Amino acid sequence: MANASAVVESPVAPVLPDANSAGRLHRRVIIGLALVLIVAPFVVYPVFLMKILCFALFACAFNLLLGYGGLLSFGHAAYFGMASYICAYTAKVWGWPPEVAILAGTLVAALLGLVFGALAIRRQGIYFAMITLALAQMVFFFSVQAKFTGGEDGIQAVPRGRLLGVLNLGDDRALYYFVAVVFMAGLLLIYRVIHSPFGQVLKAIRDNEPRAISLGFRANQYKLLVFVLSTTLAGLAGATKAIVFQLASLTDVNWTMSGEVVLMTLVGGLGTVFGPILGAIVIVSMENYLASLGAWVTVIQGIVFVVCVLLFREGIVGLFSRWLKQPL
Amino acid sequence: MLHGGTAASARPLTISGEGMADDIILSAKGLGRDFKGFTAVGEVDLNVRRGSIHALIGPNGAGKTTCFNLLTKFLQPSRGQIVYNGRNITTMKPADVARLGLVRSFQISAVFGHLSVLENVRIALQRRRGDNFDFWRSEKVVRSLDPDAKALIDAVGLTPYLGTVAVELSYGRKRALEIATTLALEPEMLLLDEPMAGMGHEDVERTSALIRRVSANRTVLMVEHNLSVVASLSDTITVLARGNVLAEGTYESVSKDARVIDAYIGAGHA
Repeated sequence: MANASAVVESPVAPVLPDANSAGRLHRRVIIGLALVLIVAPFVVYPVFLMKILCFALFACAFNLLLGYGGLLSFGHAAYFGMASYICAYTAKVWGWPPEVAILAGTLVAALLGLVFGALAIRRQGIYFAMITLALAQMVFFFSVQAKFTGGEDGIQAVPRGRLLGVLNLGDDRALYYFVAVVFMAGLLLIYRVIHSPFGQVLKAIRDNEPRAISLGFRANQYKLLVFVLSTTLAGLAGATKAIVFQLASLTDVNWTMSGEVVLMTLVGGLGTVFGPILGAIVIVSMENYLASLGAWVTVIQGIVFVVCVLLFREGIVGLFSRWLKQPL
Repeated sequence: MLHGGTAASARPLTISGEGMADDIILSAKGLGRDFKGFTAVGEVDLNVRRGSIHALIGPNGAGKTTCFNLLTKFLQPSRGQIVYNGRNITTMKPADVARLGLVRSFQISAVFGHLSVLENVRIALQRRRGDNFDFWRSEKVVRSLDPDAKALIDAVGLTPYLGTVAVELSYGRKRALEIATTLALEPEMLLLDEPMAGMGHEDVERTSALIRRVSANRTVLMVEHNLSVVASLSDTITVLARGNVLAEGTYESVSKDARVIDAYIGAGHA
């Protein structure tokens, strides 16, 4: 008997690398990313880079909700697109400076997230996804009907303005560095949320909600908070995009945009810190460089998605993470 | 001073032997639950004495788990009321009941699969910080809970697995981790849902000893199939059958009850 139990005790179980070594790796990746962002506009067209950064932030915000909160929202375009409209409108019609217009768009996305989230988190799984989709569709039809959005035309020729009244954002490179700073701030905030006391409870709720409740955590309040954080950051991405392209249109509130962000997150690596960034690079690059193929782009995206899900379900970064045996 | 004196005399302390023995920590009166016309639990009266180990047994489909879920508020009762520590908890939410010190376990082992053993226990200790909504703080602030978490993990013999992801643990160790996590809340009362379910012989003995140890200064109510465990551990046994209480008492008295033998033990030997 004693022998039997000794045999059971002996095998060494796989061990998570300690938090410090993972933290060091993450710090290196983030510093490396910052360096790449500084050099990139000298190599690549800045407007293309800004497009990637906006979508990368959007995907990171979505990943915070799905990858760490376990909540599949299928209506994230509503927050991205509505923030884009608010930012474009306040900057163009009311003449607000770009930083204030972006903040206004972000704030509206946060409020919208608070209202929609409070409704949606009452249900779980597929029902949660369907409620978020239905609410996002309502936002889409509102955007089609409402006067201030300009309907099919959208809001065009949005002035980029001067940042804090000083820096002329009309200059692509100046705007690029502003967008890069916004992106890095968003990424660092998300990183902090994941690695905070709140993030710990969030992951526990994702893994086993009834158990987290039985430990005395009011799961719905945590879910609502992460939902609002996610929609706020999605709004920040959408509002920034409106300044970059000087345009807010129906494309950004359309359900296909909600689908695209799911695609980016899954291709890059769900539940990894850096996966959605890579996913955004892959998807946006495909749209850009394969634009001559017209509607075939979506077919190719579909194939990439299917291949990705079949061959490496954890996404590109998830695959690296497995090789390195470190969470990324 | 005078005021204090009158208050004390108005509310006599219940340190006398009689008072302690009759001290009921959890009681249910006429508790019942219907599922679309099907009565899972009819009208159950249950009184759990403070400091005792109370077992809830019964044949399959007797309503044990439903009853258990009603008491922990994971199900809303169709009728009846539940009083815990003199407080009516009938309409409270499960997370709030847990905050009062009434903590449950689950039949299938309930661990947080993608978190390490250390993090699993630390999550429960984070309850000490109240609500953990501080998403702007570094997780370094919860590392101060590590020594306490490690002590709890050591108590259930999982120290070699501190950094292991919970999904990788064997079944018995998951249950041990679950117990360590539950104990981290320092609950006044534990509700264990079939703590021995799916365990091998040795694990049963180890877990029995663990339950006995943790019950030292708290109350335990458990649903359990393993009769020898029930016989050796519990002070009081309530037998349920078809959603109602059939008998209640010590193992000796209950096991001699003709109705119990007929409904439960008899069926098992048939």
